[in-house]
Amino acid sequence: MKYTLMINEGPYQHQSSDTALQFARAALEKGHEIYRVFFYHDGVNNGTRLSAPPQDDRQIQKEWSELAKQHDLDLVICIAAAQRRGLMDADEAKRQGMDADNIIEGFRISGLGQLIEGGIQADRTLVFGD
Amino acid sequence: MAMLHIVNKSPFERVAFESCLNHASAGDSILMIEDAAVGAVKNTRFSESIEAALKDKSVYVLSGDLAARGLSEDRIITGVTAVDYAGFVDLTVDNDTTQSWL
Repeated sequence: MKYTLMINEGPYQHQSSDTALQFARAALEKGHEIYRVFFYHDGVNNGTRLSAPPQDDRQIQKEWSELAKQHDLDLVICIAAAQRRGLMDADEAKRQGMDADNIIEGFRISGLGQLIEGGIQADRTLVFGD
Repeated sequence: MAMLHIVNKSPFERVAFESCLNHASAGDSILMIEDAAVGAVKNTRFSESIEAALKDKSVYVLSGDLAARGLSEDRIITGVTAVDYAGFVDLTVDNDTTQSWL
């Protein structure tokens, strides 16, 4: 079965990013496909590579990034939500005249159309949020 | 068309869980995750609503979220089933659609 997941919550708000990550792992383990993960609202903060929590803390951005690498996942950050919260890829940083970018490997920035298309392509769309 | 209703807020804090019970149809499944897991405990002011829902709906609780809140599975309402993440995935397969009550 094909899944699209939508994550609306940042890594330090509540629990939804962890729930979504564990759901994604369990679904992949069962042989299902994660067609897309769409990060919206404060959920875009799951895609920064400049988060540096204590070493014994959970490293949720890295965990998403590693899962994406292992399973070739499409992790999409909403561009409008990202611009407001200071999430930039190299192209966007250049376009905005910023001096740095901060997207972690495995994520890409795109628009809401990707969520709609994900919902159309997937058999199930699940929303995780606060 | 059976629906999986996913609730993640405690019924003692928000009305989402109550709204879910009022909207869910016979044959639907309800899964309590995150803070909603506390709603699975028996003998609370909310447990009667769950027991009523069990007459024509299936009710589940995510076992890890229950354990994370210090609640053992012997404290949950009779008829409520504890599932792990693999069970969560299976519920999304067995139901035609999902609704997250955020």
